[in-house]
Amino acid sequence: MLAVAQRVLCEQKRWLSRDQFVEILSLAQILPGPNVCNVALMIGDRFFGWRGAFAALAGMMAVPLVIVLVITALYSQYASNTAVAGALRGMGAVAAGLIIGTGFKLVGALRTNPMQTPVCAALLVAAFATVALLRWPLVWVILALGAGAFALAWQRLKPRIAAQGRS
Amino acid sequence: MISSSALFTLFGHFLLLSLLSIGGAITVAPDMHRVMVDQMSLLSDAQFNASIAIAQASPGPNVLFVAVMGYQAAGLAGVAATLFGIMLPSTTLALAAARWGHARREWRAVQAFKAGMAPIVIGLLFSTGWILSAQTPGWHHIIPTVVAALLVWRTRMHLLLLVGAGAFVGAMGWV
Repeated sequence: MLAVAQRVLCEQKRWLSRDQFVEILSLAQILPGPNVCNVALMIGDRFFGWRGAFAALAGMMAVPLVIVLVITALYSQYASNTAVAGALRGMGAVAAGLIIGTGFKLVGALRTNPMQTPVCAALLVAAFATVALLRWPLVWVILALGAGAFALAWQRLKPRIAAQGRS
Repeated sequence: MISSSALFTLFGHFLLLSLLSIGGAITVAPDMHRVMVDQMSLLSDAQFNASIAIAQASPGPNVLFVAVMGYQAAGLAGVAATLFGIMLPSTTLALAAARWGHARREWRAVQAFKAGMAPIVIGLLFSTGWILSAQTPGWHHIIPTVVAALLVWRTRMHLLLLVGAGAFVGAMGWV
């Protein structure tokens, strides 16, 4: 969906430059909430204030919500049908793969991270092990790992900014 | 039928998850599974997986999978609880933070938060994929999962094509 948003907003409507789009997207990504919803809110807000923000969000969610609920209602009627159940199982298996594949794509973005690669790898593995294997509650994992990661990144950013200031 | 106190518990939990859903609502799916399937028994494993599959296959933002979970757990009241719960805190925060952070994006704290969270967010994506895959018994379903992961990673193949192929092999009874 973000690929479509970028094409329409930057190339067709020309409301935003590519730099502005990337800036909004990076903020949307560090904030909680669905990225594409946050992008819609922020762009609506920048042009038309809070009313624009909610118009953008509602416009993006309303029709898909109705469609997805209709599909769900139909699904619960046909859930006992083995072909339908099988199709859903197959789609579920693919959905798991889509998420894992997206994860692999994003690993490449860690190369420019100010924390060294072993530190990033350790944080990634720790998040996976505690949530996926140990099934710890997410809130504690994010608070504990996030605080540690913030401190590490804070430390690593200091010499780089100082070096930039000197040059 | 679900009690109204259970509905409020669900709403409250989704309000909390909303603030933790850095990288999208799908990153908190493992915790939704822990609460809705393991603790409250509102959904079966199959319904939980079907919720994500239906939302992935439908148009619109993927966050709508929480609406499908709410619908299967408690009808339209469930949709209101899960969807408003997951959206309300994050949208409020996004609006406030967009205005606040726009002028301060050079700050060290903002950059440290972004850099520090990046590997954790990616680890959570892998967790979600793992939990979705581990719920299904047997091993045949691992093949489409691995194939889909490789294709998403290495090619620009259309996502709907992959979901459609998954539906086909599933309907044929191969997974």
